[in-house]
Amino acid sequence: MSSTGAPPKPPSADDDGFKKELVTLIPHLRAFARTLTGDPTAADDLAQEAMMKAWDARASYQMGTNMKAWTFMILRNQFYSEKRRSWRQTQLDQEAAERTLVAVDDPEAPVALDELRQALKTLPEEQREALILVGAGGFAYEEAAEICQCAVGTVKSRVSRARKALAATLERGGYGRDGKAAGDAMRSILADADRLSGARQS
Amino acid sequence: MINTKETNPRPDAPASRDQGLEEVRLRQQAIGVKLRHMFDQVVNEPVPDEFLDILRRADERSSTKEGQ
Repeated sequence: MSSTGAPPKPPSADDDGFKKELVTLIPHLRAFARTLTGDPTAADDLAQEAMMKAWDARASYQMGTNMKAWTFMILRNQFYSEKRRSWRQTQLDQEAAERTLVAVDDPEAPVALDELRQALKTLPEEQREALILVGAGGFAYEEAAEICQCAVGTVKSRVSRARKALAATLERGGYGRDGKAAGDAMRSILADADRLSGARQS
Repeated sequence: MINTKETNPRPDAPASRDQGLEEVRLRQQAIGVKLRHMFDQVVNEPVPDEFLDILRRADERSSTKEGQ
């Protein structure tokens, strides 16, 4: 690296390390944002804003602590503060967002994934995020509690309620998809999970 | 339904209830697999260039700020 005569910057080795770690977290931030917003474009905007916030706040981050949980918390706070500001607009955009979600779906993606996305949408927000963090993001209950700024017991009960509600919804296919027999969604999820775990083992 | 033709080896834990619990467990497991799959699909997408561009610009921005 060539120095161009700028005054010596304070701990830039720390900045480099921080940035490297932040870059590895981008895919995870995108995935979490996608589950919160349900819309790929809005999700990337949110993930970018969260990434910038994390970068600007890097002085307050202690290297060696859980950066993934820290950035997820930033992203989540960003999501809810924006949402509060523009909840009216969000409602107006809801229909458009749902159309987008369907439109960008990979036509070859197994039906089960779409069923799951639809069913997830029927969960209360706080249950959905708890389930995603623990069930998909690989966070411990304690970490999820930190991210959601609530008690560990609260996260546990939210995850448990989310799991039950999700199974029940998939079981009866009760989220208003036409022409589907009850239990179809669950059947395709079961079949697809078998396929996936089979592929993983072989 | 009670099946009278077979004797239940464990009367305190009827086979039908065991099956029910096993069913619930399997379903939760399947949902878990799909949840991770859904999340990982996005994680495995290539990161749009915008993200790295933004970080690069942020870097320049903060170094010009400090240069003033």
